[in-house]
Amino acid sequence: MTALHDMTVAALAAELRAKKINATELAQHFLARSQADTSGAFLSFNPEATLAQAKEAEAQLAAGTAGPLAGVPMAHKDIFVTTDFPTTAGSKILEGYRSPFDATVVRKLGVQAGGAGMVNVGKLNCDEFAMGSSNENSAYKPVTNPWDTSRVPGGSSGGSSAAVAARLVPAATGTDTGGSIRQPASFCGITGIKPTYGRASRYGMIAYASSLDQAGPMARTAEDCALMLSAMCGPDLDRDSTSLDVLAENFARDLNAPLDGLRIGIPKEFFGEGLASGVRTAVEGALKEYEKLGVKLVPINLPLTELSIPVYYIIAPAEASSNLSRFDGVKFGHRTKDYTDLVSMYKRSRAEGFGEEVKRRIMTGAYVLSHGYYDAYYLQAQKIRRMISDDFQQAFKVCDVIAGPVAPTVAWKLGEKTDDPVANYLADIFTLPASLAGLPGMSVPAGFGENGMPVGLQLIGNYFKEAQLLNAAHRLQQATDFHLRQPGGAK
Amino acid sequence: MSTKQKSLLVQGYEVVIGFETHAQLSTQSKIFSRAPIAFGAEPNTQACAVDLALPGTLPVMNKGAVERAIELGLAVGAHIAEQSIFARKNYFYPDLPKGYQISQFEIPVVQGGEVSFFVGDEKKTVRLVRAHLEEDAGKSLHEDFIGQSGIDLNRAGTPLLEIVTEPDIRSSDEAVAYAKELHKIVTWIGICDGNMQEGSFRCDANVSVRKPGAELGTRREIKNLNSFKFMQQAIDFEVRWQIEQIEDGHAIQQATVLFDPDTGETRSMRTKEDAADYRYFPDPDLPPLVIGRDWVARVQSEMTELPRVMAARFVTNYGLPEYDATTLTQSKAMAAYFEAAAKACGQAKLVSNWVMGEMSRRLNASEVGIENAPVSVAQLAAMIGRIADNTISNSAAKQVFDALWTEGGEVDAIIEAKGLKQMNDTGALEAIIDEVLAANPKNVEEFRAGNSKALNGLVGPIMKASKGKANPAQVNELLLKKLQA
Repeated sequence: MTALHDMTVAALAAELRAKKINATELAQHFLARSQADTSGAFLSFNPEATLAQAKEAEAQLAAGTAGPLAGVPMAHKDIFVTTDFPTTAGSKILEGYRSPFDATVVRKLGVQAGGAGMVNVGKLNCDEFAMGSSNENSAYKPVTNPWDTSRVPGGSSGGSSAAVAARLVPAATGTDTGGSIRQPASFCGITGIKPTYGRASRYGMIAYASSLDQAGPMARTAEDCALMLSAMCGPDLDRDSTSLDVLAENFARDLNAPLDGLRIGIPKEFFGEGLASGVRTAVEGALKEYEKLGVKLVPINLPLTELSIPVYYIIAPAEASSNLSRFDGVKFGHRTKDYTDLVSMYKRSRAEGFGEEVKRRIMTGAYVLSHGYYDAYYLQAQKIRRMISDDFQQAFKVCDVIAGPVAPTVAWKLGEKTDDPVANYLADIFTLPASLAGLPGMSVPAGFGENGMPVGLQLIGNYFKEAQLLNAAHRLQQATDFHLRQPGGAK
Repeated sequence: MSTKQKSLLVQGYEVVIGFETHAQLSTQSKIFSRAPIAFGAEPNTQACAVDLALPGTLPVMNKGAVERAIELGLAVGAHIAEQSIFARKNYFYPDLPKGYQISQFEIPVVQGGEVSFFVGDEKKTVRLVRAHLEEDAGKSLHEDFIGQSGIDLNRAGTPLLEIVTEPDIRSSDEAVAYAKELHKIVTWIGICDGNMQEGSFRCDANVSVRKPGAELGTRREIKNLNSFKFMQQAIDFEVRWQIEQIEDGHAIQQATVLFDPDTGETRSMRTKEDAADYRYFPDPDLPPLVIGRDWVARVQSEMTELPRVMAARFVTNYGLPEYDATTLTQSKAMAAYFEAAAKACGQAKLVSNWVMGEMSRRLNASEVGIENAPVSVAQLAAMIGRIADNTISNSAAKQVFDALWTEGGEVDAIIEAKGLKQMNDTGALEAIIDEVLAANPKNVEEFRAGNSKALNGLVGPIMKASKGKANPAQVNELLLKKLQA
C-alpha cells in the first residue's frame, strides 16, 4: 500500500469518505512528519488545534455534512491570518501576533461550516511579507530545498513548496504577487496555480502589493490544485472590494478533456539569452509532449517582457510602502523598548522589526510615490502595465494558452544571491508579466535541469481560464511522471 | 455693485476667503467597515478589525455614504462624477491606524455646484470646487495617561464629506452666512446632524488679503472652527493681523493656524516648510467608485424638497417676496410650520409676517425651536383668521399672541375674555365719529381745504374713543364718507 504521505489530496479525500482512514490518525501522521522536519518549512504548530480540526472533520464525515476535502491535512503560508495559530508574515514585527479572525481562504478551506473541511497542520515559512524569491528573506530561518538542501526552495512561498515536495503535507496554500507560487513550485518540482486576480478573496491575506496579490493552491498534481482552487475561489464582496463577483467553479470538471486543436503560444521573449540550457531542454521536452497530445504550438510575441521587471519593482514597492505603514508599534506587533518620543518609537520599532529587503522596498516605494517623482515612475509604470495587459490580449487572439519557463534557472544555492538584490529581481522576469496583467498562471513539473534540479513549465491562460490551464496541466501529468518523482530529502 | 464692494474693504484691503468644511455623514456604520458610529461611547468600543487596521483587513465602501454625497451634489447643483477615485494620503500618526487616510484626491465624487444665501438683504453666491468622501481619524487622548497618550479609535473610519469652495467669500459676515447656509443644507437633506460641538460640522477657513485688483495674497488656513461665533472672531482677528503684518512690511507665510477662543487670537501650528509629502496614490484596495445615472435618479426621487426649491415654490404658490421665502426656509421646521399655518388660514403673507416677526423674536429670546413653540400651528392660524376677518386688529392680535404664548388657550375665548373684538357695529362707530368731528372742527376744515394729512388727526381720537376696537379700515371709510358728504 502507498504510504499515507505519498497519497494525493484526491486519494486521501476518497479514503476518508470511504472511512478507510481516519482524520485524526491522518492529522497525527502528517503532524509527526512536519514536526520532525529540519528544512525550516514550518514556522509554527498548534497540535491541539490541528487535532481539534481533525475531530471536527471526523464528526462532519460521520454526520454526512462534510465538505469535499474533509479531513485532508494541509498547511497555510504564514501570510494568511489564522485564529488557531500565530501569524507572522515571516517578519519579526509580527512575532507572536494572533489574529482575531481567519482569512477568507482559511475559512473556505477549513472545517468551518461551508468549508472544504481540510485540517491545518501548521503555518509555513515564507519571505518576509512575501518579498523575495528564495525564502532567504524570512526573518526566522531560511528553508532548504528537499531536492538539494544546499539550495533554496524558491520564494516567497518557499515553505509551502518545500513542505509539499518533501511530503510533509499533501498540499499547501501560497500567495503569488510576482511569481511567489509559480517559482517555488518550479524549484521544488510541484504544481501550483495562481488564479485570475480577484477570484480568491484577499481578506485576511496580509497585503504586500494589493493590486497583484493572489492566493492559490500548491500540491503535487494538477487535480489536487483543481480541487483546492474550487474551494478557495468565489466572491467575498462584503470583505474585499477587489474580489470579483464571479462564482467559484468546479475546476476539476475539464481535467481529462482532450487537447486536440489546443493552441499553445510560445513567446519568443521567454526563450532568449539568460535561459539556462537545462531549463530550456526540459521546457522544450514538455512542449514536445504537448505536440504528441494534439496541441498546436504557435509562436507569439510579448515584447514588453523585459520591462515587466522595472514596472513591477515600482508598483509593488509603492503599494507595499503604504500597506506596511500600519506596522508602527502603536497597536500591535513589535514596539521598541528603547524610545524617547513618538518619532523615535516609530523609527526604532520599524528599524528593529523589518528586515533588509522589506526596508529596501519600503524606501523604493516611498521614493517613487513622492512629490516630483510620482509621474515619472509610478504613473509611467501604470501605463506600461496596461500595455503589457494589452499585449497578452493580442496574443490570446492567436492562442489559447501561453507556455514557457517559470524561471530562467533552476534553484540556486543558499546565499548565492543574497548580496545582489537586483540579480534576485531579474530572476522574476517570466512570472511578472502574468502578475501585472492579473492573468491566471501555473507551474507544472516539466523535468529536470542543471544539477538534476526540477524545472517547471509555466502555463498562462486568459482571464477565468483556470479550468483550461488545469486541463492542460493534468493531461501533461497523465503523459509524464515528473510530478511523481520524489526528492531525496522526502524519505 | 461698486459701492457694495467698496464697503467690504478693510483698511483698503480686500478679504479673500475659501472654505473647507468637513461634514460627518449620518450613516449607521463607518465608511469602509461595518462598525457602528456612536458619539461619546467608551473608547475603542466602536471600532472593528478594519478600523484597527489589523493585518489582512480591507476597506469596503459603505453605499450609504455615497448616497449622502450624491444628495449633497444634487442639493448644490453639482456634477456627480460617473467615476471617482479613492486615494491614500500617507502619513504616520498614532490615531491613524493604517498609516494612511483613504480620501479622494484627483477625481472627487462631487464636482462644482454653488451655495446661495442672503447677507442682510444682498444675495450672495459662492461657487463650490468639489466635495469628496474620506474617512476620519481616531483621537489622541493626552489627559489621564501620565507620560503617555491614549488612542481612541471610535471615530476612525467615520465617513466625512469635505466640501471645498472657490475663494469667493469677501468678509467674515459672508463667511458665517455661507457656513450657516451650508449647515442648513446638510441638516435639511439629513446627510449630517450638524452638531458642531461634537465635531459633526467642522470648518476650515483659508484667509488672505490683497489690495483690490492685485494677485491673490498668501493664505493662512484657520483650522477647526466649531462655532459660528468663533468663526467670525477668528476671521476678523486673522484679517486684522494679516493687514498689520503687511503694513509693517512683513510678508505673510503660508501656514495652518488655530483659533484660541480664550485669547481671541489665531496662532500658527505649522508652516509650509513643515508640510508633509503625503505620497498620494490611488488606493489599490478600492476600485473606482462608479455611480450610474440610474443611481443618481433614484437618490433624487427619494430626496426631500430642497430649501431653494421650496423657497421658489413659496414665491410662486403663496406670492411671498423672495426674502420672506428664503428666511422661512432657513429650517425645515420653520418652513413646515409656515406652510401648515398658511394652508390652514389662507393668509400666507400674514403668516409669514408673524412667523418671521413676533414668533421668531420670541423663539430666539427663549432659545426654543419652532417645533417646540408654545403657540401651535392651529392657534396661530386661528388668530390670523381673526385678523383677516376683521374680528381683531393687528395690535390686538399681539395681545392674543402673548396670551397664547404664556398661558395657552383658545383664540376666540381669549379675544372675548380680553374684550379685543373690533367694533364692527356701524351705528356705534358712526356715533363716535360724529362726536370726534364735532370736537375737532379745525381738522375738518383743513381736510376739506385739501390737506389730506389732517385726516390722521381725526383717526387717532376715533381709535382712542373706541378703545382700539374700531377697525381702522372701516374708520377710514366712514370718515371719508362723512367728510365728503
